[in-house]
Amino acid sequence: MDALTPHPTKGATAVHDVLELDLAERWLREVNGLLHQADLAADEVRILHPAGKHSVAVGLNKAMRVTVEGQVGYYAAGMNQLADVVINGNAGVGVAENMMSGSVLVRGDASQSAGATAHGGLLVVEGDAAARCGISMKGVDIVVGGSIGHMSAFMAQAGRLVVRGDAGEALGGSIYEARLYVRGTVASLGADCVAKEMRPEHHEELAGLLKSAGFESEDTSAYTRYGSARRLYNFHVDNTDAY
Amino acid sequence: MTDHRLSAEQRGLRESATFDRVTISAIQRAARTGVYDIRGWGAKRALPHFDDLLFLGASMSRYPLEGYRERCGTDVVLGDLNAKHPLHLDIPVTIAGMSFGALSGRAKEALGRGASEAGTSTTTGDGGMTPEERGQSKHLVYQYLPSRYGMNPDDLRKADAIEIVLGQGAKPGGGGMLLGQKITERVARMRTLPQGVDQRSACRHPDWTGPDDLAIKIAEIRETTDWEKPVYVKVGATRTYYDVKLAVHAGADVVVVDGMQGGTAATQEVFIEHVGIPTLTAIPLAVQALQELGMHRKVQLIVSGGIRTGADVAKAMALGADAVAIGTAALIALGDNDPKWSAEYEALGSAAGYYDDFQDGQDPAGITTQDPELQQRFDPVEGGRRLANYLRVLTMEAQTIARACGKAHLTHLEPEDLVAVTIEAAAMARVPLAGTSWIPGGTGGL
Repeated sequence: MDALTPHPTKGATAVHDVLELDLAERWLREVNGLLHQADLAADEVRILHPAGKHSVAVGLNKAMRVTVEGQVGYYAAGMNQLADVVINGNAGVGVAENMMSGSVLVRGDASQSAGATAHGGLLVVEGDAAARCGISMKGVDIVVGGSIGHMSAFMAQAGRLVVRGDAGEALGGSIYEARLYVRGTVASLGADCVAKEMRPEHHEELAGLLKSAGFESEDTSAYTRYGSARRLYNFHVDNTDAY
Repeated sequence: MTDHRLSAEQRGLRESATFDRVTISAIQRAARTGVYDIRGWGAKRALPHFDDLLFLGASMSRYPLEGYRERCGTDVVLGDLNAKHPLHLDIPVTIAGMSFGALSGRAKEALGRGASEAGTSTTTGDGGMTPEERGQSKHLVYQYLPSRYGMNPDDLRKADAIEIVLGQGAKPGGGGMLLGQKITERVARMRTLPQGVDQRSACRHPDWTGPDDLAIKIAEIRETTDWEKPVYVKVGATRTYYDVKLAVHAGADVVVVDGMQGGTAATQEVFIEHVGIPTLTAIPLAVQALQELGMHRKVQLIVSGGIRTGADVAKAMALGADAVAIGTAALIALGDNDPKWSAEYEALGSAAGYYDDFQDGQDPAGITTQDPELQQRFDPVEGGRRLANYLRVLTMEAQTIARACGKAHLTHLEPEDLVAVTIEAAAMARVPLAGTSWIPGGTGGL
């Protein structure tokens, strides 16, 4: 069978077409080019043997399921729109960077700058995420099953970041309107980032985020909310010590 | 008794060269406000520049071309190294990145109109792509900046080229700045910021650091856009020799080098005047780097920062640039600092010809503002026509010089056509001091 012919498998209600693309046999350019084809006839694409390659499944632009079987390098699922991507492995720098919509699920750990500048969609990292998780995030929701590294949510503008473990130094430095929820300890807060009261709407929001990431049974009362004190929004000479 | 009919000099008063009136005023301002001065424009100090170079027109040993009769080509192809669709421009003068936010939507539209009429490209800026600019620009370069304000892959795909910005000549090492008075509802929405905040953009990209990462980032952008579009890398001129080499190694199709005279919409005065190197000295550094890599004319070099006349265009190209970019000059062509607004410039504490408070958003000419009423003063059709006129004059002036040097295309101009009138310019531009064979420092130094 031609590798580009989808393999029909029995779904729950209908025949489900799965297309397998093997990066051990095809160039990355060919695989990404196929994923960008508007008329790609498959409900789901499985990418095999990613072997740490960079830019796997970047620039997806339609509703589709993509599963990557293994470890990926930089920028996996970068700039994602509409697609639901699962990475059955660890992800390198900038996974789901600048995502607009859809979802990216990392079954392992993620390196630094996970979800950087992402405008929308849902990024779930089941393990830990390294430094700069959610840096300059602009509307994305990020849920991290483990802990995150230093300078996470730096200049975070919008969206929500949930951390089930601990956060490293300088969380939320120069944060704008993003909301951060951390269950564990925070090593230190960045400039203008402060702990805030968990009001009922925040518990509700957090529960929804945890549920969407597959952590239904989590107790939201163990979490602290962090956000902007909004003291540095406009330059003032008396604030120079804050920088 | 003081005779007020006499000037200070006539009365024997002596101004300090160290503490001149501008310096005294700056100290007084700092003491009064406690905040550093923020302004627009580029470096205002005197620097060795293109004016310090002269062309050796043809005579006995070189044949000139006939003006108006013999063709002197001006077109340029940018980004043909890797991109499926390189840019083919009719003239080698492009419009530099200037954001919607810094400029009004109508000003961006005018830049698109003027550039398209003249057959060249415009460039977005920090804050995303507007329909006004995309709609009017035949060739639009989309800037990919550290802030990623308004960055989305749909716009990436709509662009004709993508420019990864590491810095700009007015503030190499600094991020963008847009003060609260210009963060209107629309600007705020495009940048996902609260309305009215003083926006200070990131100075480093959030998901890559250093040249090895840049190579991966460029590959990601190529993969995302299916290798269709040229990828530029823009740097502010500082360690230009190394930066250009690293940009080429990282995979840039085009390198943009912006000298310290290059403008900004808002930056600290101390940054503008004291960080970076002059455009004149950056060009030979960039060209040397490209030549050593065997990539000169394969990876194109765009130079910006203080381009005003066709002579500047010709000199930059003779030194090895493939094209130039204009920003400040384009704004002036649109109507910035027009004397017809003299009274209003005076009311703002400035004067026509001096106005640089682009950060305040009160531009009487309606160009560097988001104020709805001031914007209405600016007609994008008329502004576009003025810009197209200016671009044509720049091109015809450059052709005039090229023909005089016997060149059938602007890219045929070469350093051999130039001499310098000052020792500084000779050393920086690496062309001989006029009347000598002396290039202080030689031709290959750093």
